[in-house]
Amino acid sequence: MSTLLQRLAEVRKSGEVARLAEAIPYARWMRIAPENGTGELLTRMRYHDDLVGNTFLPAIHGGTLGAMLEMAAIFHLLWETETEAVPKIVNITVDYLRSARPVDVIASAKVTKQGRRMVNVFAEAWQDDRSKPVATANAHFLVTSSDEAPPSL
Amino acid sequence: MANPLADREQRLAFFQMWFSDTIPHSKALGIRIIDARRGFASMRLEWREELVGNPETGVLAGGPLTALLDGCCGMSVATLLKEPKPFATLDLRIDYVKPATPGQAVIAEAECYRITHSVAFTRAFAHHGDAKDPIAAAAGTFMLGTKGEVTRPQSIGGEAMGLEIKP
Repeated sequence: MSTLLQRLAEVRKSGEVARLAEAIPYARWMRIAPENGTGELLTRMRYHDDLVGNTFLPAIHGGTLGAMLEMAAIFHLLWETETEAVPKIVNITVDYLRSARPVDVIASAKVTKQGRRMVNVFAEAWQDDRSKPVATANAHFLVTSSDEAPPSL
Repeated sequence: MANPLADREQRLAFFQMWFSDTIPHSKALGIRIIDARRGFASMRLEWREELVGNPETGVLAGGPLTALLDGCCGMSVATLLKEPKPFATLDLRIDYVKPATPGQAVIAEAECYRITHSVAFTRAFAHHGDAKDPIAAAAGTFMLGTKGEVTRPQSIGGEAMGLEIKP
């Protein structure tokens, strides 16, 4: 069983969802972690200066928004669905709606369609005002165990 | 005055400054500009433990590839601008074709194949040195003339745009 799935089993008992991110080096480096203080699983990217893409505006780099939307979708799939394998991303399309200011970014995700092997997920990121998203994304994930996945993924 | 960007070394230094050194996130990723021509950009990202998505396999997370491809697509647009003007990513699609090989650097190559007054269209691939064996493919569109100012280093000089680039 993978470290991440082992961690998921522990987190299901303790309820400390933020610990899911500790198993992913990139999530730690980016300060991206899930939280469920409000009863809804959300993913937060804590602002730090390395996220900036435009120093004049200033604005957070678009690549980091895509990255955190992808992580939000993965945390959602791990936590909210009965997955037996770590979801493998197939593709993602990110729409950039507003420039993101140098503060925390929060994202929610939901499953648009759950298939046996493939899941379609929608994710949305905002800052202070949830009704004004900074970016949205649609992504496909393979959710079969690695034995069944095509060799390329 | 001769166009400073006609020289390849100066051109790479110019885009290194504009698209990596003055962008905190690109700098944090350690992105190196390895090629720049009219409508074409190429960048390199070294493998690092911090960028790994799955610690058991050492495979890079999707995020660093997204940031690399976004930046590379954006730079391919910048090579076609006649004068410096701000632009922003409108949308970006990434297909993760196969996992990146642990420990290996990733090379991104982007082409801006159409630019209009308001919108620029780009395509890109990421690979480990063989463009015919990609890790990821991307399609990005950019909105030109957005608010703000270009953040490129002014010291290089405004006449540098409208590139007379020899291949």
